[in-house]
Amino acid sequence: MSAPSIASRRNAVTARADAAADDFDAARARARQRRRALVQVLRVVLAVVILGTWEITTRLGCHGPDSGTCVVDPFFFGQPSGIWSQLVSWVQKGTAQGPLWEQIAVTLEETVLGFAIGVVLGIVFGVALGRNRLLSDVLGPYIKAMNAMPRVVLGSIFTIALGLEIPSKVALAVVLVFFVVFFNAFQGVREVDRDLLANARILGASQGQLSRHVILPSALSWILASLHTSFGFALVGAIVGEYLGARKGIGLMIATAQGTFNANGVFAAMFILAVVAIVAEALVTRLENSLIKWRPNAITEVTI
Amino acid sequence: MLQADATVAAIELRGVTKRFVTTVGTAFTALHDLDLTVAPGEFTAVVGPTGCGKSTTLALISGLEAPSTGTVRVFGEPVKAVGRSVGYVFQRDAVFPWKSVLDNVAMGPRFRGVDTEHANADAREWIARVGLDGFERYYPHQLSGGMRKRVALAQTLINHPRILLMDEPFSALDVQTRALMENELLDLWASSGASVVFVTHDLEEAIGMADRVLVITAGPGTVKGTYKVDLPRPRNIAEIRFQPRFIELYEEIWNDLRDEVLVSYERSKHRVAS
Repeated sequence: MSAPSIASRRNAVTARADAAADDFDAARARARQRRRALVQVLRVVLAVVILGTWEITTRLGCHGPDSGTCVVDPFFFGQPSGIWSQLVSWVQKGTAQGPLWEQIAVTLEETVLGFAIGVVLGIVFGVALGRNRLLSDVLGPYIKAMNAMPRVVLGSIFTIALGLEIPSKVALAVVLVFFVVFFNAFQGVREVDRDLLANARILGASQGQLSRHVILPSALSWILASLHTSFGFALVGAIVGEYLGARKGIGLMIATAQGTFNANGVFAAMFILAVVAIVAEALVTRLENSLIKWRPNAITEVTI
Repeated sequence: MLQADATVAAIELRGVTKRFVTTVGTAFTALHDLDLTVAPGEFTAVVGPTGCGKSTTLALISGLEAPSTGTVRVFGEPVKAVGRSVGYVFQRDAVFPWKSVLDNVAMGPRFRGVDTEHANADAREWIARVGLDGFERYYPHQLSGGMRKRVALAQTLINHPRILLMDEPFSALDVQTRALMENELLDLWASSGASVVFVTHDLEEAIGMADRVLVITAGPGTVKGTYKVDLPRPRNIAEIRFQPRFIELYEEIWNDLRDEVLVSYERSKHRVAS
């Protein structure tokens, strides 16, 4: 057999293989699209079923002015349509303590401030204790004791000491966020690959350069994983702080709704919180992706 | 030092013993009464069974660890801390995964106070020298194992180490890549004049590359035998193993090494059984 004919046969085989691969890719792309559509439809169906059941059961069997005769009493358990009209009324007429956007802004300010301060403190202490055995041996038991305490009760102290304005809520959020970030940063520093440290030392790194070029980047994936959880904690701190005593904020709206037996109000405020939390989560994920470009897949919390 | 520079050994270990405390609190002797001398510019391979303290020897020379007893000298000076004249290529990947190839290679000069611009220029040169030009902006996870090893080599050699320590650097590579890398390392070494201590469990690799092969006993490690490898340079690793002299040397050293490997194997079986 002559060389050109081998070459031409090889070309033909390659062309056929390419064509088959193209078909395969196209089929896979279609399958992926179908699946995505199916997931979206099922999600909507699930929401409709849950909200529909809720709405129908709170309307069935009602007779007379007493809502207690319904299958599920909307006075205690709320009603999707009632929650919706509550939201509309808040948007259009404002809440008992002022316009809705102002309440959201106040809560967000407390959350973001508490989050930022807590994260910075957590990283500084985590790295310092992670690098210094003596410091971590001395402070270790105290930190464990403080972590074991249900820190939400500190909210009462902060409300007494710092008043009804923003600082008491920020303080509570800081306390909640700090420990999550601290433990992750501490662990991250402790888990730094020994070979990487040895390599940097051989290459001539000083202690400061070790921290900056090896320890911090290595701990960063741990720290970033904690940011997802800790933003949630910051929100809890702000809301509980407002709940305990405030002049403005979503937590106060919940407290007010509770005080007036307005179940729909509580649910409506929860809905607003959920939207805020989801948006924040997306922002943290974006931050994470922009900080860690060097890794194919970041360590994250379990995602659905 | 009163001795003339030529007579000062590049590396000199005298009566070195190294003990560790294990995680369960018992003492473990990694090295026992080890003597080792490496002349300037000499390529020494150290072979021995698993767990005989080969890596510990390198850690002592580099200054990452201090000996329990005995002395470690590099160019006549006792080793007290991590020395500037030492380069170390690790068995596992020790390139920084969060830095690009360029930043990884430029790290050494930058740690040592060279400004970014000069360090980067130097790094580009070394990246080209190990055959990675065009990959400056890649991150380690985007490279193959062999390419990451090249980054590690460039990262180490850019500091112009007079002592080059290598801890089974190619053991994770496939056979073909490995032979390529071994030849490239010999070329790079020939132009550097560095003294090399090359730890390996592969006797063929040791004989193929080194001027001298040291056999270390099963732990606690001490030198069992020293063999001069009188094969001509430059060598081609892929072909040198067919030379009659290579086979002779292999048989001679293997006779020595086999007993130690068996001892180590029996012990590991015992550990698994108990």
